[in-house]
This record gives sequence, structure tokens and C-alpha cells, in this order.
Amino acid sequence: MNGFWAILTKEFSHIRRDRTTIFFMFMVPIIQLLIFGFAIDVTIDNIPLVVLDLDGREEGRKLVEAMENTQTFQVVRRTFDQESFQRAIRSGQAKAGILIPAEYSERLLRGEQAQVQVLIDGSDSQVATTALNTVTLLVSNLSVGRARLLGESRHFAPARNEAGAPALPIDVRPRLLYNPDLQSSHFFVPGLIAIILQMVLLFLTSFSIVRERELGTLEQLFVTPVGRGGLLFGKLIPYALMAFGELLIVLVAMVGLFGVAISGSLILLLSLSSLFILTVLGLGLLISTLAATQLEAVQYSFLVMLPSVFLSGFMFPRSEMPTIIWAAGYLLPVTYFVEIVRGVILRGADAVDVSSSILGLTLCCVVILFLSLARFRKQLD
Amino acid sequence: MNDIVIRTNRLTRYFGKVRALVDVTLDVPRAGIFGLLGPNGAGKSTLIRMLCGVLSPTSGCGSVLGFDIRTDAESIKRRIGYMSQRFSLYSDLSTIENIRFYSMIYGIPARKRREREDAVISLTGITPYLDRLGGNLSGGWKQRLALACALIHEPEVIFLDEPTAGIDPVARRDLWDLLFSLAHQGVTMFVTTHYMDEAERCSKVGYLQAGTLIALGTPEELKASKQVTPDDARRYEVSCKNLPAALARARSMPMVRDATLFGTVLHVLIDASCDPTTLVQTLTGGEEGAAFRPVAPSLEDVFVILSRAEEIRRVS
Repeated sequence: MNGFWAILTKEFSHIRRDRTTIFFMFMVPIIQLLIFGFAIDVTIDNIPLVVLDLDGREEGRKLVEAMENTQTFQVVRRTFDQESFQRAIRSGQAKAGILIPAEYSERLLRGEQAQVQVLIDGSDSQVATTALNTVTLLVSNLSVGRARLLGESRHFAPARNEAGAPALPIDVRPRLLYNPDLQSSHFFVPGLIAIILQMVLLFLTSFSIVRERELGTLEQLFVTPVGRGGLLFGKLIPYALMAFGELLIVLVAMVGLFGVAISGSLILLLSLSSLFILTVLGLGLLISTLAATQLEAVQYSFLVMLPSVFLSGFMFPRSEMPTIIWAAGYLLPVTYFVEIVRGVILRGADAVDVSSSILGLTLCCVVILFLSLARFRKQLD
Repeated sequence: MNDIVIRTNRLTRYFGKVRALVDVTLDVPRAGIFGLLGPNGAGKSTLIRMLCGVLSPTSGCGSVLGFDIRTDAESIKRRIGYMSQRFSLYSDLSTIENIRFYSMIYGIPARKRREREDAVISLTGITPYLDRLGGNLSGGWKQRLALACALIHEPEVIFLDEPTAGIDPVARRDLWDLLFSLAHQGVTMFVTTHYMDEAERCSKVGYLQAGTLIALGTPEELKASKQVTPDDARRYEVSCKNLPAALARARSMPMVRDATLFGTVLHVLIDASCDPTTLVQTLTGGEEGAAFRPVAPSLEDVFVILSRAEEIRRVS
């Protein structure tokens, strides 16, 4: 620990004088918070719809109305011939189209099966899936409604409820827990804590060491009796403290700005965050032992950051991933931490609930610290 | 006995397959200034880094102040100062902050710290620039600051890697005066340089070429060596108008063993049996104002001759 205070004091002087570091530490997280918290909304609605209604009577109009009422669709155009109907979809003006055939109302009234054609632009899979699900659900609901009416008129009911009224055989009662309004910010902001902490810490710690290597000041330090521990802790602790301060800022913003309450224990959240901070410090140190220049450090950091954003479950649900990719996500410490923050903040999970994630994060921490400390020597080779 | 402070024995360092330093054996006596010369990439910095204990030797061994460079590097680090080729202090810290940082790093006790700081500040004369940021100092002052930081813990040995590269002549002279006064106080200096005049001022010099130490000794010893000044040859300084022509002629004459331009004069090493007057006339093409006089070899002569001989040996 020889030289710890000297290095610590010096590091704070660097931070104080280096405006870009301060900017990076505090502005970038705020920008990210605003983008992910406000701008990104993954619920899909108002899909542009083109209508070709060859029927033109009440039943056909009711179908289009029902589609608009879901709010998933919005009629942008009504056409009267096949050619312009197709063109509206091809040109991208509409993402979905509904074609109601001429005999639609008659067939329904006659009790015959009526066909409705729905075309969906499959290029954006998320929009297409939503459109498909909505249409399928809507039409089957309408069909069931008609079937029930028909059954009632003939004094036949598929099932009856407690009051004895005709009802469907299975009654589903879904209830949304933890985020009843399905707000994207509730999902993104807690996960963002993990991403922000990792990004800022990874860049700053690896830079602070690699910069000294590039400038030759590290070589100068190596020929002094400064201890390995003093050098490492002196350099890393200032960034750990700043990261912790940043964590508090993001938490305050989360609660105050986005109204996401911390349902679980704050102590648990802060202590597991500290474990994560320690892990990322180790990762930054590991990068600094691999990179000879700051540019290389940026590249290595991106090598960690990109999978962290996409594979950790921060943006896309991990359950949707192919098995290999899903398993690869477990190599990233941030995967465990995203799981932990969402658990503790949104679901009020306690240590037992997230114990497997805690175990995974601890394991990552031990391995990374071991590797980086073994690689960091007071030597030039 | 105890007066040899740096000793190496067949010290060798490879970087992958590149041989940076091969079988370097040398010793440096206490309170001397050892000058290490050689072209860029000859291995000077590699040798210094190994002696400072930040680079481990591939083979061979060495010791500084009696401590082994492989096993006792930390003991060495406490007792030496090091000034690298580049300015390697903090540009965003002021002069005094840099000095304080190093006094803390070297673990100087708090009560003695002020006294040591004042001592190096007055020694290097950096008082007017105490509050200036390291990055805003001129080259000469940067070197003085680096020296101040390297001296803060009263090291017994100081390694200086090209301390005068890129600084103005006055600053260069001042820095050397400082080094002399330190040597006088018993500090051992290990300096690398490109300047021959600096080499002449060293108490002992070595010349590295492609990782091999091809010359080692005091400047006088090297100049008097048989290889540089053979018994059957004499060295003359020739001055004439058309130096390039004279050099070309000299190189084509069998009795001229060596010919080198030194600014406005030509140094030739000729067979002792040969008459210098006739030879110089042939050399200069009978030019009227041409003159010659016998000279002792300079260190540059020494290094030129030795490195040519080494090149021939290597090729064959």
C-alpha cells in the first residue's frame, strides 16, 4: 500500500482539472437516462392501415371500426381498387392492409363462413408480430361473439357462469404485476443503472491507467518504491467513489423523474451495486493490462459494452435468444446485475430471490479481479 | 571493493526474436559519470530499464548497489533516481505538486519532506516556476523538474536517459554543470547521450551497437587503444577547400586506413611509413592553402572506427 495517499491525491487533482472526465462522468448518464427513459417506447401502436372495403355495408364497417378501436391500428387510407391497395403497402405508406370481400355482410347473415384477407408488411418483425397478434385476437373475439349470439338464439350455451348466464368455457383473468401501466421507463431505467455504471467506469478506469502508460508516467512510477497495492487502489478508488455518487444520482432521477419506486431494500441494492462496481473496476484494470494505447482501450471497452447492451437483457428479453447467445450472456457480469436491479427495484426481491444472480456476479468478480491483479505488474514487459 | 555500484555480467534481453541487448558486461565505479552512447535502437534504454528493475533480463545478471536486478528490484528502486527520455511527469500538475507527489511516493517522512523539497528546488533553481503546470514548462525546465523529482529521495545512483535531447545549448550546459556537482557529492551517474562533447566529459564511456557493447573504458583508454591508434599509423587533420573531393580521394588510396569529415576538416589515419606532406598534396590535388597537422583521436574517431570494425566482423 506504499504511496496510496500520494496516488489518491494526485488522481483527484487530475479529475478536478480534466473537464472532459467530469463531463463524461455526469453528462453522459443524464443524456442516456433521458433517451432511454423518455424517448424510447417499445409499445407498438397506431400501425398505419389501408382498407379496401368491397362490401361497404354495416358488418364491414364494424370490422374496420373494431380494428381502429384497438389503437394498434390507424386507418391511413381507404382505397377502392386492388391496384392502389397493393401500392399503399408496397410504398410503405401502410404497414398492414385489410381486404373485405364484396359478399362479406351477406355471407355472415346467411350463416356462411366469410373470408377477410389481411396483408402485413413483415419487414419490421416487431411491428408485424404485433399486427398479426392483434388481428388474430380481434377476429377470433368477433367470431366467438357471433357464435355466442347464435347459440343463445337457439337456447344453447357452451358454459354458464355462477349467475347462470351463458359464458365462455374458460375465463382468463390476467393481472399485470409491478408495472401495471406497462411503461417502458419502468423496464429501462433500472437496467440503465447497470449499463451507465459499467460504461462510465470501464472507460474511466482503463483510460486512467492506459493514459499514464502512453505518457510514460507509469514507467516513471514503476521505478519508484510505490507498492502495487498503493498504485492500484490509489488509482481506482477515486473512480469507485465517483461511480457510487453517480449511482445515487441515477437512483434519485429514477425515483423523482420517472416515478419508479424502489420496492426492495435500498441497503441490498447499494451493497450489490458496490459489488458490481468492484467487478467493473477489475474489468477496467484487465483492459488496461491488455491495451497499450487509449485507442486500444476504447476498442476493448466496446468489445465488452456492445454485448452488455444487447445480450444482458437490458434491451431485449433473454428468453427470446438462441441457446448459445443466451448462455454467452452469462459470461457478462452486467447480465446478473441487470437481473438484480430489476428484481430489487421493480419486484421488491430480497437477497434470497436474487441469490443465483448474486452468486453469478460474485463469481465474475472473483475471476476478473484474480485475472487482472495477476496481469498487472510493476514491470514494462 | 565496494566502489563498483553497477555491475552486469553477460546481460541479454530479447523482445520476441529481436535481440535488443546481447552479453553486455560492464561495471561503473562510484561517484563517476558513466556515458552510454550508441545509435537509436542500439539498446541503451533497454539496458537502463533492466538496471532500474522494470524490465527483466532474458539471460545474464546484474546488480545495482549490490542488489540483484532480478530478485531485489524493489530495494534498488528505493535508492536510485530515474529520468526517462520523454517528459514523464504530470502535465496537469504544477511544478510543486509534481515534486510533492514524488516526495510522498518515495515515502520521505513528513517532517523531512519540506527540507528535501526545498533542497531540490534550490539545487535545480526552479523556484520561479513552482506554480506553473508541468505541461507549460519549456524543455529545459521540464528536464530540471524531472531531475528535481529524481533527486528528492537523495538517490545514490541516477539513471538519465538522453537528458539533454531537444533542449537548448545553454540549458544543456547548465544541466551538465548540475550533474558534475552531483558527481562531486558522491552520486553515481549513468547517462545516455548522442552528443560526443558530453561523452568527452564522462569519466567512463561505453558504446552500444545493435545491442552489443563494442567499447568500454575511460575516454583516454579508448583513444589510446591499439585498434584506434595502431603503432604503425599516424592521424592527421587536413584542412582544404574542396573537402568532399579530398575525402573521395582519401578513401580510394590504399595507405589511408580511415578518413572522416569533422565539420570543416578531414581526419585521416595513414600508414606511418607514408610521408604526410606528399600524401596531403595528392589528397587536395595540390591546393595552395591546404594544411595539415598531427592530431590525437577524438571520441568520435574512436566510435567510428570501432563501429566500422564491428560491422565488418558481423558481416563476415
